[in-house]
Amino acid sequence: MAKLKALTPLGAYEPLVDEFSGLSIREVTDRALASLAARIGQEQACAVAAKALLGADLPEPQTWAAAGDFTAWWMGPDQWMLDAEYAKHTLLAAEVKTAVGDAASVTEQTDGWCRFDLEGPCCFDVLERLCQLDLRSGAAGDAQRCSLEHVGVFLLCRAPGQSYSVLGPRSSAASLHHALVTAAGSVL
Amino acid sequence: MIINHPILGPRDAQEFTYLGDATLIDRPDPDAGNAAEAFHDYVYLRDNPAGEHKELWYHEQGDRSWLVVTRNTLTHEITDVQLARDAARARGRST
Repeated sequence: MAKLKALTPLGAYEPLVDEFSGLSIREVTDRALASLAARIGQEQACAVAAKALLGADLPEPQTWAAAGDFTAWWMGPDQWMLDAEYAKHTLLAAEVKTAVGDAASVTEQTDGWCRFDLEGPCCFDVLERLCQLDLRSGAAGDAQRCSLEHVGVFLLCRAPGQSYSVLGPRSSAASLHHALVTAAGSVL
Repeated sequence: MIINHPILGPRDAQEFTYLGDATLIDRPDPDAGNAAEAFHDYVYLRDNPAGEHKELWYHEQGDRSWLVVTRNTLTHEITDVQLARDAARARGRST
């Protein structure tokens, strides 16, 4: 068997970290993702099955929640993204499909996305230059989809003004990274 | 222009794309006797009102839901916004 070595969305062997005074931008590559969409008329069965798997209710619109190994966020009406550590849940989509059966449709998303975690006291200053969301009135647990420098992303708030995760399409990883680093460079 | 999304609240129109007349929800029955004529009208004929207009908008840079927006084409005033699936189900579709 060929010896294959995984590349990060930015094309390197190791995740990139950019340090600014007051902000770090860290590429995150060790997460497995799967999307969950309740089927018509099966919304309740999907919610019950998902709760049994996740150990918590599926999150309300515009929020994310974590319980045990899993993180979930609302993507749209009756749709959620599920997230877990890749090493422990490599086959996350299969795991979720087994749990929800015919109540929902599950799609593997792991390699479709890139993720950058922003940490530091200058998050507001950088993100408000890139997207339209009113982050200053946001709270921990917010999960919104928005356009960030013309790239559609999920923006998860872990601590207001301090800690955010940005998930964008993997094929736009370099554009997204460029936007984040350029905005950070112009602020800091 | 601000569209008051039923789930997400007020959002800038820049996040949405416009499709057109919401009569697209009323797809004719392909097995009906007058299907050819009905589909001709469905595909080609549109009202062009100066005033209140129901239209389909897609929240592309948001939750990817389709909305039925009631907009006054003279003033751009938006008087009602519904999820398109709710509007369709209210007409007996996809129940």
